[in-house]
Amino acid sequence: MSSTDVTSEGGHGAVPTGPEVPVETKPAASRRDWPLYEVFVRGKRGINHVHVGSLHAPDDEMAVHAARDLYTRRNEGVSVWVVKAAHITASSPDEKDPMFAPSGDKVYRHPTFYEIPEDVPHM
Amino acid sequence: MAHEETVYDALGNAQDDHGHWAFGTGFDEPLAGVDTTVPEGIGPADLGAYCLMLGDDALVLAQRLTQWITAAPELEEEVAIANVALDLLGQARLLLARAGSVGVLGRSREKATDSIPDEDALAYFRDPDEFRSTGLVEAPNGDFARTMVRLLAAATVRLAVFARLRESRDPVLAAIAAKGVNELAYHRDHAARWVLRLGDGTDESHRRAQAGADAVWPLLDDLFTATDVEARLTAAGVAVDPAEVREEVVSVLTEVLERATLRVPEWPADAAPRGRTGEHTAELPELLATLQGLARQHPAATW
Repeated sequence: MSSTDVTSEGGHGAVPTGPEVPVETKPAASRRDWPLYEVFVRGKRGINHVHVGSLHAPDDEMAVHAARDLYTRRNEGVSVWVVKAAHITASSPDEKDPMFAPSGDKVYRHPTFYEIPEDVPHM
Repeated sequence: MAHEETVYDALGNAQDDHGHWAFGTGFDEPLAGVDTTVPEGIGPADLGAYCLMLGDDALVLAQRLTQWITAAPELEEEVAIANVALDLLGQARLLLARAGSVGVLGRSREKATDSIPDEDALAYFRDPDEFRSTGLVEAPNGDFARTMVRLLAAATVRLAVFARLRESRDPVLAAIAAKGVNELAYHRDHAARWVLRLGDGTDESHRRAQAGADAVWPLLDDLFTATDVEARLTAAGVAVDPAEVREEVVSVLTEVLERATLRVPEWPADAAPRGRTGEHTAELPELLATLQGLARQHPAATW
């Protein structure tokens, strides 16, 4: 199997879909057709939405509901975002060094030479 | 300054009074600070009987929904169904505890040992004829579409009752209702979303949703007739007359089904209460056998 026969389902590992893989016959609207969503939750004391995981849902509305049911069951969140995983453009692991290494020695970019006043929140 | 790196960080630090690690933080005790004395002029026997009606509906529907666990069509939906069932179980617990607190325990204490709390005695050691749940929640699940239509109907009725019950003269019922309204609004919403998608989905999902509605509608016949207990407590400002919610229920269910491109089945004529007076189908004993089997074989077992 060449690498083009393998598609990745949202970072959960490669799922072989080549013609030689026996595929169980399923009704048209099977789970395979449900898009993958990435879920972001804002906690009670958090100020930003944080990625917590992913889920499959038939559409955007149901994805928000499923996110509430799967990721805020234990009183974690006050706000939920979902976004189709397909809509996320990610940096490539192959480009890791060109992307991130150049900032590794630029200590002067850190605001460590300032005193942060006590009453400035979220720093 | 305590900015959470992840929303789950707070969980790791959360502990209860005994130093046990606990999930989540900031849970509210629903009955904290609520006066539990029975208001003047209210018969404790009536109040307890009414709590059993509302509590048993929740307990039995929770058990029905739980039957989907490990069998739901999708993992995400399985968790959603479990959440709904747990909400209902929580409502049942509070309502049965209220019934026990005013001395309504039926014959449960003949079998339950003293160490078993009232709500457990009522849930696990009452026989089917002592249950006051309605046929709507007792009926088998059927397929997923029918389960969602039944949940839609049950949540719609219960939400309409609980919304009014927030004004109850019994402060405990009022507090339970105030907590339950948010839960039930979500249950109704969740079920309605599925009914919309199934009704207005594929030919097969439409067929199943229609069959579900046709099977569920006859079960609505005895929901809107007050028992003597409900009539007395409604007059006393404690309970909700089920006839009062009929119009809202009809309007909500009709709107959802029409938007789901489903035919609204003929509304059954109002009938005398059956489940509310202890008259049940053979399905209830079967369901209770599963629900109560473990507790009866191992009374007061803990885990």
